[in-house]
Amino acid sequence: MSVLKWSAAQVAKKVINNEELFILDVRNTDAFEDWKIDGHKFEYLNIPYFELLDGVEDILPKIPADKDVLVVCAKEGSSLMVAEMLSEAGRTVAYLEGGMKTWSEYLEPIKVGDLTGGGELYQFVRLGKGCLSYMVISEGEAAIIDAVRFTDAFTSFAEEKNVKIKYVFDTHLHADHISGGRHIAATTGATYYLPPKDAEEVVFDYTPLLDGTAVQVGASKIDVGAIYSPGHTIGSTSFVVDSKYLLTGDILFIDSIGRPDLAGLAEDWVGDLRETLYKRYRELSEDLIVLPAHFMIIDELNEDGTVAKHLGQLFAENHGLNIKDEAEFRSVVTEHLPPQPNAYQEIRRVNMGKITPTQDEQTEMEIGPNRCAVR
Amino acid sequence: MSIKVDFQLDAKGLSCPMPIVKTKKAMADLVDGQILEVSATDKGSKADIAAWAESVGHQYIGTMEEESVLKHYIRKCSDDTMDEKIFERTIGLEEAMEREGLILDVREEAEFAFGHIKGAKSIPMGELDARLSELDKKQEVYVVCRTGKRSDLAAQKLTAHGFTKVFNVLPGMTSWTGDLTAFSSVEMEELSLRTPRPVATTE
Repeated sequence: MSVLKWSAAQVAKKVINNEELFILDVRNTDAFEDWKIDGHKFEYLNIPYFELLDGVEDILPKIPADKDVLVVCAKEGSSLMVAEMLSEAGRTVAYLEGGMKTWSEYLEPIKVGDLTGGGELYQFVRLGKGCLSYMVISEGEAAIIDAVRFTDAFTSFAEEKNVKIKYVFDTHLHADHISGGRHIAATTGATYYLPPKDAEEVVFDYTPLLDGTAVQVGASKIDVGAIYSPGHTIGSTSFVVDSKYLLTGDILFIDSIGRPDLAGLAEDWVGDLRETLYKRYRELSEDLIVLPAHFMIIDELNEDGTVAKHLGQLFAENHGLNIKDEAEFRSVVTEHLPPQPNAYQEIRRVNMGKITPTQDEQTEMEIGPNRCAVR
Repeated sequence: MSIKVDFQLDAKGLSCPMPIVKTKKAMADLVDGQILEVSATDKGSKADIAAWAESVGHQYIGTMEEESVLKHYIRKCSDDTMDEKIFERTIGLEEAMEREGLILDVREEAEFAFGHIKGAKSIPMGELDARLSELDKKQEVYVVCRTGKRSDLAAQKLTAHGFTKVFNVLPGMTSWTGDLTAFSSVEMEELSLRTPRPVATTE
């Protein structure tokens, strides 16, 4: 039988369209348990490739013949080897081109909705890592918020849409992934904004992003307005776009809230986090649609693949917004936190411009699941 | 820097799965107890070689990184613990540590390099005959290896050569929970100055 090659884009479609898929993950057990391709209807079998060097006969009964089967490894080589062995054993299977490395880098742009005067808002979903970036488009201009480091995805999308990138924002100094914001601004001539309170150690020039900072995208003047909302970091800033969308960065997620400890100051920032979530956000319209900078689990994806929910709904359902007792809140967000993201201190240094690792090193730093939230 | 090994495998520039495929093939040519050094540049090879070795029962000794080349050390094993121990005078690891005397570590140099009891003397089993003169017959000698099998043979050998205060330390380094000392950079430097013995290179 034959071996098929699937791209990350094809796998992303399976995730978003809620299709069934059987994944044979041939990485190390540790790597698989730490991080895998998540899908609502995916089934998994993890057998390290080095246990299959003598043949795949033993695992054939465990692999369904009536489903799509995708063999996955870290970079591609081992999955191709195992896929070929399965093919020789009479099965038709696919392998993931570029492996988990490529999966972690893949961005799927999904339209969130229309804006005033023909504008559009896109969410770039990084399925493999849980990062969400945004592009506001209106009348030939674009603003980008929380871009990840695969800057081509944004610049080529802008070209496709025939818009000029004018503004690039980071809601905060990221600790879990490397920002592409500075690079996009440098190559397109856009203005790069960063909250100054997060930027005390950065070694490059930026435009301060302050409470009340506002830009207008396109002639029809879609407002992108900043609200100072500290807690995940001391500089964390949210955006209201077109009076309709609330971009929360890493402060508020769909099913969780931001963690205050990634810059080493959990105790100091927990009060800010409480203030932002229980006061500042309470003053906003419940009709705003929350668009966070991350999702944690695949269940947070809507039917169309976007990650978005009304603020009012989150006030009702999100556990982190419903802890009445302040002491309990303090304990939830400072104790029993999940492990910190891989290499988060180094990632912060990269985002400050202090170190410039190679592409391979950046990939290595970003490996593993996203862990910016407290559930 | 070179650690004494029996075979070397060059897997530099190869990406997954080839370093493991070649390692598996090379290991087939080793006899029990011999050590293979695998040079690789694929960063993923470290976790994979360790996990592979465990899954097939070989001993993964450790990995060193030198100028972005990873050197993995693996010792071919069958099950060490199955063999009957003959030497009768044995002593527990903890008890041996409390006594005066010499801790003699008869594991291979690579195993010793990646972690040993502080102050222990290293003479690999295969070199013991030639290096008996380095030991004092009047001193108490506590012989240790990984599981107690090689130290059993070494203790018999020492007794046959007239040593009277010899103990086989059981169970061995697999049960050692105290501090481990790795080679210092100075010791590594000394290794690099030594003339390496001829080493077979597998393809």
